[in-house]
Amino acid sequence: MAIIEMNDRISSIVDGKRVITKKPELLAPAGNLEKLKIAVHYGADAVFIGGQEFGLRSNAGNFSIEEMHEGVEFAAAYGAKIYVTTNIFAHNDNMDGLEDYLVALEGAGVTGIIVADPLIIETCKVVAPKLEIHLSTQQSLSNWKAVQYWKDEGLHRVVLARETGAEEIKLMKENVDIEIESFVHGAMCIAYSGRCVLSNHMTARDSNRGGCCQSCRWDYDLYAVEDGEEKPLFTEDDDAFAMSPKDLNLIESIPKIIELGIDSLKIEGRMKSIHYIATVVTVYRKVIDAYCADPENFVIRKEWVEELAKCANRETASSFFEGEPSYEQQMFGTHSKQTTYDFCGMVVEYDEATQMVTLQQRNYFKPGDEVEFFGPNMENFTVVVEEIFDEKGNSLDAARHPLEIVRFKCAQKVSPYDMMRKEMR
Amino acid sequence: MKKPELLVTPKSVNHIKALLEAGADAFVIGEQQFGLRLAGEFSIEDVKEATTLIHAAGKKVYVAMNAIFHNDRVPGLAPYMMALEKIGVDAIYYGDPAVVMTKRETGSKIPLHWDAETIATNWFQVNYWGKRGATRAYLARELGIEEIVEIKENADVEIEVQVHGMTCMFQSKRPLLGNYFLYQDKAMEIENRKDARNMYLHDKERNNKYPIYEDLNGTHIYSPADMCIIDELEELFEANVDVFRIEGVLQEEAYVVTVVEQYRKAIDTFFEDEDAYFDMKEQLVKAIEDVQPALRPLDTGFFFKETVY
Repeated sequence: MAIIEMNDRISSIVDGKRVITKKPELLAPAGNLEKLKIAVHYGADAVFIGGQEFGLRSNAGNFSIEEMHEGVEFAAAYGAKIYVTTNIFAHNDNMDGLEDYLVALEGAGVTGIIVADPLIIETCKVVAPKLEIHLSTQQSLSNWKAVQYWKDEGLHRVVLARETGAEEIKLMKENVDIEIESFVHGAMCIAYSGRCVLSNHMTARDSNRGGCCQSCRWDYDLYAVEDGEEKPLFTEDDDAFAMSPKDLNLIESIPKIIELGIDSLKIEGRMKSIHYIATVVTVYRKVIDAYCADPENFVIRKEWVEELAKCANRETASSFFEGEPSYEQQMFGTHSKQTTYDFCGMVVEYDEATQMVTLQQRNYFKPGDEVEFFGPNMENFTVVVEEIFDEKGNSLDAARHPLEIVRFKCAQKVSPYDMMRKEMR
Repeated sequence: MKKPELLVTPKSVNHIKALLEAGADAFVIGEQQFGLRLAGEFSIEDVKEATTLIHAAGKKVYVAMNAIFHNDRVPGLAPYMMALEKIGVDAIYYGDPAVVMTKRETGSKIPLHWDAETIATNWFQVNYWGKRGATRAYLARELGIEEIVEIKENADVEIEVQVHGMTCMFQSKRPLLGNYFLYQDKAMEIENRKDARNMYLHDKERNNKYPIYEDLNGTHIYSPADMCIIDELEELFEANVDVFRIEGVLQEEAYVVTVVEQYRKAIDTFFEDEDAYFDMKEQLVKAIEDVQPALRPLDTGFFFKETVY
């Protein structure tokens, strides 16, 4: 625990007890306005979103400028910030419209942009100087001297390469006074981000402009060429060569991350569902708050770890943060796992007098199912669903239709935006 | 129009001798500790020997410091840069801004060539690094001919493009081959193959073979074909692209010599008599096809291939 003893810039003693005064930002992804609202409501301090241009993830539902305005306004009510990913490496053709776009982002009130291309960095400084500039992980920033370079260039924050570990980040923090953002949860690139063009070569889709087709998740056969002969380095019983990384999960490392003074803890996944965002954000919110309030008596609760597993579709690992990842942090044979829970619906309202919950349906459920409610301001609980009614009060044999409004009795109080899920059997 | 520099990445000091004979104008050498995906490993002593040899022939020698550096490599940057300056190499290739910082701190006068591989994609970037001391930019291989020409038209620095050989399409910090062998419980394979350069991944769906190896900088995966545009050089000549690179990585020494000879012939012929170049295209291609390894098809890279996103 040497790190903890060293760092007193982030804590103070209150009534004889150490508390963390420099609480890091919890940064969540959102692919659309609904996800943004969920992320903020569930406790994110900031949300990163994509616009319709200049961002990676061209498949993610992205925001119009009007939607950004609305998102910024919604977030502001919670004291939360919005960042926009503008992290492509532009080709000449992509330069048109950049100035107008950055001006519009500034006008929409977003706090900053996440950028990799010096073209966008320099243009932003000139045309939208109110925007903070955060260096994207696409620049594979891996050493403190390069961090110093970007600090000297006037950037507000750097997102590090995913290949940097705790010891490396510690030295960066000691040597350079700049905000550092680091990934704590979600899917990973197995390559240095920005330095992979498998997609370009295999499918003519430009990975560095948002076209990545995730060729790193495919299987390959490994051969050696010896004296002109092609010799397989696998047998029929072997799993194929694969380079698919397990998803990142640093819940156990949060104390160390906070003590290092890392400024922003980033959850990856603009393509993920509201159920995923709500689950992950609410767990990290609880972990960060609990640690900061009382670091000396902090323990990772089993239910937090279990909660994260309820929305995971891959196994998880600590990647580079706790040292070089071994083969056990990759997936061979299967590259994903079935999620264990179905997201059944989101609470629209609750009537305390009648104990009736009104729910917007998202997945099939029926009377007799045991379901679990969770939300930002409550402990999870389970109930067995009794009779289900539609909006007109007709009894239903099941809730079958996505987005259908249904009602049923739930003795325990719930609130709008709370979610209901069901274990899959 | 001016004749482009014909640059090659050699495998050894002896190879350099043959390549000088074959007509190479410039060489990029170095070692894994600082450079990425070099054709050969050149210690600082080798760099000294190579520099003497290359300068005696009136040609240029550059050293690669284009790795993605982690903190542990940072203390070595300044001493290495100073050693290279003392030897008198003509420039350093870099991608990581830590090298720019090192040059500022040491006050070194050695010229910098910007080489950030896949992320060198537009003309603004090359001028950006030009303002920060780079005199040349080596462009991403995933650009089309029109994009290259437009970058050259707008660039304040020299522009280098690859014209021949393999291109890297993936770098991971993880030892992916070693990890696979560990997963298969074949620790012996790691011992036997740690430094091997003879493995490839077979992509059954596309029937492509991607060379793969590990070194100090991680795992590297290469394109399934060798790019060859010896018969498509006229637009690059007309655009005054400054440097043509022939990539020697993962090729036999003799093969690279033959390729350099053919590109030398192409360049010299074009600048003497354009028509003669057009007339000899078939012959140039044939000379390369004759030495092309059976497992390595030729293609034109991204020169005429558009990408979507």
